[in-house]
Amino acid sequence: MEFFRIKNDIPFMRHALKFNVISLLTFLLAVFFLFAKGLHLSVEFTGGTLIEVRYEQAADLEKIRGALGKAGFTDYAVQNFGSSQDVMIRLPLKAEQKADQIGDQVMAALAAEAPGGSKQRVEFVGPQVGKELAENGAMALLVVIVGIVIYLAFRFEWRFSVSAVIANLHDVIIILGFFAAFQWEFSLSVLAAVLAVLGYSVNESVVVFDRVRETFKNVRGLTTPQVLDHAITSTISRTIITHGCTQLMVLSMLVFGGETLYYFSLALTIGICFGIYSSVLVASPLVMWLGVSREQFIAKQKKAIEGMTDDGACV
Amino acid sequence: MNRYPLWKYLTVAIALVLGFIYTLPNFFGESPAVQVSSAKATIKVDDKARARVEETLKSAAIGHDGIVLDSVGVKARFKDTDTQLKAKDVLEKTFNPDAADPQYVVALNLLSASPQWLTSLHALPMYLGLDLRGGVHFLLQVDMKGALTKRLDATAGDLRTALRDKNIRHAGLSREGERLVVRFRDAETRDKARNAIADAQPDLQLGEQGEGSDLKLVATLKPEAQKKIGEFALKQNITTLHNRINELGVAEPVIQQQGADRIVVQLPGVQDTAKAKDILGRTATLEIRMVDDSPGGLDAALAGNAPFGTEVYNERGGQPLLVKKQVVLTGDRLTDAQPGFDNQTQEPAVHLTLDSAGARIFRDVTRESVGKRMAILLIEKGKGEVVTAPVIRTEIGGGRVQISGRMTTSEANDTALLLRAGSLAAPMDIVEERTIGPSLGAENIKKGFNSTLWGFAAIALFMVVYYRMFGLISGLALAANLLFLVALLSLLQATLTLPGIAAIALTLGMAIDANVLINERIREELRVGMPPQAAIAEGYERAFGTILDSNITTLIAGLALLLFGSGPVRGFAVVHCLGILTSIFSSIVVSRALVNLIYGRQKKLTTVAIGQIWKPGTSATVNAEK
Repeated sequence: MEFFRIKNDIPFMRHALKFNVISLLTFLLAVFFLFAKGLHLSVEFTGGTLIEVRYEQAADLEKIRGALGKAGFTDYAVQNFGSSQDVMIRLPLKAEQKADQIGDQVMAALAAEAPGGSKQRVEFVGPQVGKELAENGAMALLVVIVGIVIYLAFRFEWRFSVSAVIANLHDVIIILGFFAAFQWEFSLSVLAAVLAVLGYSVNESVVVFDRVRETFKNVRGLTTPQVLDHAITSTISRTIITHGCTQLMVLSMLVFGGETLYYFSLALTIGICFGIYSSVLVASPLVMWLGVSREQFIAKQKKAIEGMTDDGACV
Repeated sequence: MNRYPLWKYLTVAIALVLGFIYTLPNFFGESPAVQVSSAKATIKVDDKARARVEETLKSAAIGHDGIVLDSVGVKARFKDTDTQLKAKDVLEKTFNPDAADPQYVVALNLLSASPQWLTSLHALPMYLGLDLRGGVHFLLQVDMKGALTKRLDATAGDLRTALRDKNIRHAGLSREGERLVVRFRDAETRDKARNAIADAQPDLQLGEQGEGSDLKLVATLKPEAQKKIGEFALKQNITTLHNRINELGVAEPVIQQQGADRIVVQLPGVQDTAKAKDILGRTATLEIRMVDDSPGGLDAALAGNAPFGTEVYNERGGQPLLVKKQVVLTGDRLTDAQPGFDNQTQEPAVHLTLDSAGARIFRDVTRESVGKRMAILLIEKGKGEVVTAPVIRTEIGGGRVQISGRMTTSEANDTALLLRAGSLAAPMDIVEERTIGPSLGAENIKKGFNSTLWGFAAIALFMVVYYRMFGLISGLALAANLLFLVALLSLLQATLTLPGIAAIALTLGMAIDANVLINERIREELRVGMPPQAAIAEGYERAFGTILDSNITTLIAGLALLLFGSGPVRGFAVVHCLGILTSIFSSIVVSRALVNLIYGRQKKLTTVAIGQIWKPGTSATVNAEK
């Protein structure tokens, strides 16, 4: 079986400008949502209490809300979680309440008004911890970006590393844009997914760039766009198959992983789809705009010859 | 050209065998067990306790599947949970005859059901995180500022005494925030005081302020002293928590330092958070009282009518002791307790440091009671126990007290620990709490397992259909990767969490990339007309650089997560990083070994089963596998 029967190189670069405009628009849309709606951060980042309760029968949300109101809680959010029997209760941080006792108080209130529920999970995060987690998350993102730029610059050339990072940051912003637009919960595990995707789609760009370098070195008489087209075309089958396989696994998590892994795998799905798109259609045009050319690779090879003078003479 | 030397095949074979052995314990599951461990620092669980467990079970006619003694305590395995519960009741009665004063922790536990020979190879199942087994997780913030002010208040008292002893007149000494301010009327006195304070308190940093008749000496704790106090407070709080959590009867509690000022407490299997919090926040007190050694007093007390103003407490060894009700000193006055040796006799001893007020009281009391005994009591939950009751030999001044005589080194260590552990060195707040119900934990395992299983099956199926023999080899390499990863996690006894399982799944999904790269390269080489053997060699060689590059970028992301991640993200990162390492080995070396075994020996290889290869320029497709 062979999916990809491509006779000639596909002229991706002819449409480079169009792709870049599309990317820019998606990117701006994502930024717009990030600013307009903001991320729906989970309790881990904002601090607060989260309680998961399971009922034998379908839970009566109104009754639960009533119970919480009677017990003096305000600003609570009660919603179903996964099934109609599972209820998730969120409470924000309040200065006047003794935060570490809220979990027990809520359970007591529920036992009085809406009995039959059993506590499945309680999560309480203090304000300081939440702030630190957010800071550490931002720090991790920064370190990943800097690390990748340095590695790629060392392994390839600055043009490649800059394009790869721009392309993949564009992925990250778009994932965040999705989470903001649909107000999906952004938790620590989603952050882990975002960072994993960052590493993963950079490796996508690396595969394409490897081919670009190889083509520049081995095939003569091609223009830069032609080289890029050739590199993308010859790796496209691997790109699609690899991402398809990874997506199979992620899909399996999306289906079987339950509520906890749901947003994690959702972030990965978006990341994988945009990862293909960006490494092929964002990173490569960027390399071209940045002015990559055959000479940059040939010169390096020649320098390797011992005893060569500056003008290329060799005895 | 596609042949490995023997040692490479052997390496792969050995790695696979090791991977298999260390993965194996995870399949045996866990069997119910009862664990008997010490509830007090002074009680050691040793071979005797093991024998006692064995005897108890034998006399109660409860069958067991083996009793082991390890660093934690004695663990006995049982066939089912019914027997386990029965055994727990029996053991509880034997080891803790007085339920109000437990000497041992008898707790339900789960033990790996893998056979003995595996356990002796240190092949243990992966350690499951709280989100997979259920339990409570607390993150406690230690109030370092509180510890420092407590220390400064004590120091202020010491300074007052020091200045008075040297007849230096000051115009007031007070604590202002995190510094001590001593006022003076003239510079000469201040200079004298400065020297005196510098001698008495080397931990203080002194500065001069003010002018005219309002001169000040400002003392702050040196940074290194602050650091030491912080570390000490944290250590002591951890010790105290250990002692308290023992009472909860948790089989494998985790109490660890996290960062500079936080403590993580994880109690697997505990659901009653209210009780757990109560125990974490409770304070124990230390009291020093005089022993009533009047003849006949003890007998009368044991008979039920204690002499007026006295009560009976049990000593560590279990002997009763008649102690006066009047409290001489409380633990608040104790600033430190360290094990050590007597300067003259070289006997093991415990060195206590009292604050200045405590020292003064102690000096007065000891002067009046040379030759008598004093009792040091630890009172917790309203119940007291005599830690030690030494004889006073001479008047003791200066606040440095040494308890020695009839002690072994380990007893000295334990006593010091107990004395220190009496109270928390600094207040603590719960800043993070997570409770996971046991059913939710089991569900999480199932979900994680199913995701990985079906994802793996889908990938393997696709690879076989698309790449035929090479797809099968890729699938086997991926299975080897899973084997190595699980073996490594079991070997390192890393904690497996739900995000960790997700990382296993994701790593497998990403690892297949290497094999896709290789297979695509081989197809490409075949397409340009290279003979199969050369195409295989070329394909592996050319793909190698790319695989390395792409794995390193993924590894950078993984390492950043490991460095900055906490909690669930850390579990994800650990597995992710390990997975990248194992995947490089399995996708390159293991799959190559398989290919070499299958194709490398055939001298005249004309076709390889890597699926259909389409060649541009021809209308028909060439089928590479006949």
